[in-house]
Amino acid sequence: MAAAEALFRPGERVRVMKAYPLGHVRTPYYIRGASGVIERVCGAFANPEELALMRDGLPARPLYRVRFLQREVWPDYRGGRDDTVDVEIFQHWLESA
Amino acid sequence: MSDLGKYAPLTYFQLMEVSLRELLVEKGVLSERQVAQAVDEMRARGPERGARVAARAWTDAAYKQRLLADGSAACEELGLEVPALRLIVVENTPAVHNVIVCTLCSCYPRMLLGLPPDWYKSRNYRSRVVREPRAVLAEFGTVLPAGVTIRVHDSTADMRYMVLPMRPAGTEGWDEERLAALVTRDSMIGVALPTAP
Repeated sequence: MAAAEALFRPGERVRVMKAYPLGHVRTPYYIRGASGVIERVCGAFANPEELALMRDGLPARPLYRVRFLQREVWPDYRGGRDDTVDVEIFQHWLESA
Repeated sequence: MSDLGKYAPLTYFQLMEVSLRELLVEKGVLSERQVAQAVDEMRARGPERGARVAARAWTDAAYKQRLLADGSAACEELGLEVPALRLIVVENTPAVHNVIVCTLCSCYPRMLLGLPPDWYKSRNYRSRVVREPRAVLAEFGTVLPAGVTIRVHDSTADMRYMVLPMRPAGTEGWDEERLAALVTRDSMIGVALPTAP
């Protein structure tokens, strides 16, 4: 399967793009615009935004697990300071931060 | 299909399912029997598979390392079919508690836990566990010590998750089968702890 090159490495800081395109998107609203750290590279997978349009989704897009601090995601977060939320994000939604 | 004795018109997607199924049967692609068998197989798959994996990890340290490094490959060792590289197992420790959600829909490790419970798919759980996990866990009767870090895992794309709970105290010397009986579905989603012996 043709795949795009992975641009980020574990430990790198990234920001999720704050974009609101129409269509089927697997980037949750609550995490758009947030910054976190690459937890791992999951591999490359067909782009779900293209699959939803009955296209092949190729080249496959690198997928990452990005770890965010909860207190940075939710300004009124009441849990522990180190609590995190890990979210799977495709590379085309990430930029260096 | 669920029929609780109430009469309501079919929804759009129900109608689409019925139409597609009837067409496939009419054209000889599938038989009604095959459809019924597939549904039965799906329903029969329960959390016992996940429990087996957890119990093995509790009794075999080297297996646990392999499981945490590559969940799919470690499940295959036990004869469980899991799509390659798609399963991530996260380990609970005295310092870290993990909980799983799919905020976008209902992604769930069906190959290990069977069909997801209704609450897992509810808007209530999906929107709240990611924002106030401690409050949601408490509603399941799970109250963690104050210093424990909570990690929520949102399965938004191609990965599936299973929590490896902590082995309960007082189970020293137990064999895998006996241990597996303590590993509940909810403890592998992360909203509960394994049953105490």
